[in-house]
Amino acid sequence: MRGRASRPKPESDDAPVDAAAIQQRLKDGFGEQVGALESGHDPAIRVPPSAIVPVCRFLKSEADLAFDCLSNQSGVDYPARGEIEVVYHLFSYRLRHTCVLKVAVPRDSPAMPTVCEVWRTAIWQEREIFDLLGVVFDGHPDLRRILLPEDWVGHPLRKDFVEPAEYHGISTKRESML
Amino acid sequence: MSLLNTMPEFMVTTKVDEMLNWTRKSSLWYMLFGLACCAIEMMQTGGPRSDLDRFGAVPRASPRQSDLMIVAGTLTLKMALRTKVLYDQMPEPRYVISMGSCSNCGGLFQLAYSVCDGVDKVIPVDVYVPGCPPRPEALTEGLLKLQEKIMQEKWLVRDDAGKSLAAEA
Repeated sequence: MRGRASRPKPESDDAPVDAAAIQQRLKDGFGEQVGALESGHDPAIRVPPSAIVPVCRFLKSEADLAFDCLSNQSGVDYPARGEIEVVYHLFSYRLRHTCVLKVAVPRDSPAMPTVCEVWRTAIWQEREIFDLLGVVFDGHPDLRRILLPEDWVGHPLRKDFVEPAEYHGISTKRESML
Repeated sequence: MSLLNTMPEFMVTTKVDEMLNWTRKSSLWYMLFGLACCAIEMMQTGGPRSDLDRFGAVPRASPRQSDLMIVAGTLTLKMALRTKVLYDQMPEPRYVISMGSCSNCGGLFQLAYSVCDGVDKVIPVDVYVPGCPPRPEALTEGLLKLQEKIMQEKWLVRDDAGKSLAAEA
């Protein structure tokens, strides 16, 4: 007899699906909109902004994919490419598999649809991306800053962020020890 | 047990200033102001092993009841404005202990966009306690230093212009 399984048995007999198979399922469903699988530690599937909501709905509702959890959503600034990339890390509690989606939006007018109708947790995560990178999520019910003060100027995770000289009379000039 | 019954002839000679300072230093109620990991050490200092209570210092949850603000942790710019408001709400005389590297100078995070490098940019500080975080012994030492400073104050003595000398002490 093998050792006791460390995790609960999936509710159905569906097996976890690997990234290449997920990409193939999306390719079948959405055609050329879905990009090739990008290699990396977590292989990522590139999706255009216009297709992100139907793709996410598909990944969540299909019985053999069942991505019931948006475990992380974050943003990365790539000034050389002129793009901000929004990254979705999906996880299925039922089938125990993962999937990474990447969406690139132009840096000078970063706007894309929200996925908070698919996973409610996206409300806060998209607020953070808006706060730190300035990506506007169309259809978001409450797009305000979440970490920084409401009167903050700029989006500090952008590589070209320049700090204002003072904040409410508090000098932000810092004497570097280096 | 009443003091008068046991020592009917008891008498102390002192100066009024010293007596006022002694009463003041012996009941330093500090406001709970934990901002980061230093707060854990501040809780330890108030706890039974280090027992800040034996110096008359007890934690209060309101600035209106506090004499002392122990700024324990990283001060962000967002929190700096609130710190100023809370300090303004404390009744005078009021004192501030800056606890730990972050509160002293921004510490490890001083170059971050969101961090105020030093609480003394916002409010005046009486005692700086170094450490990351300072041990309970260090914070206790800081409180004793503040008590020494309070004992130097001369609230009743005024200069020729009628200005209190307490500020110079």
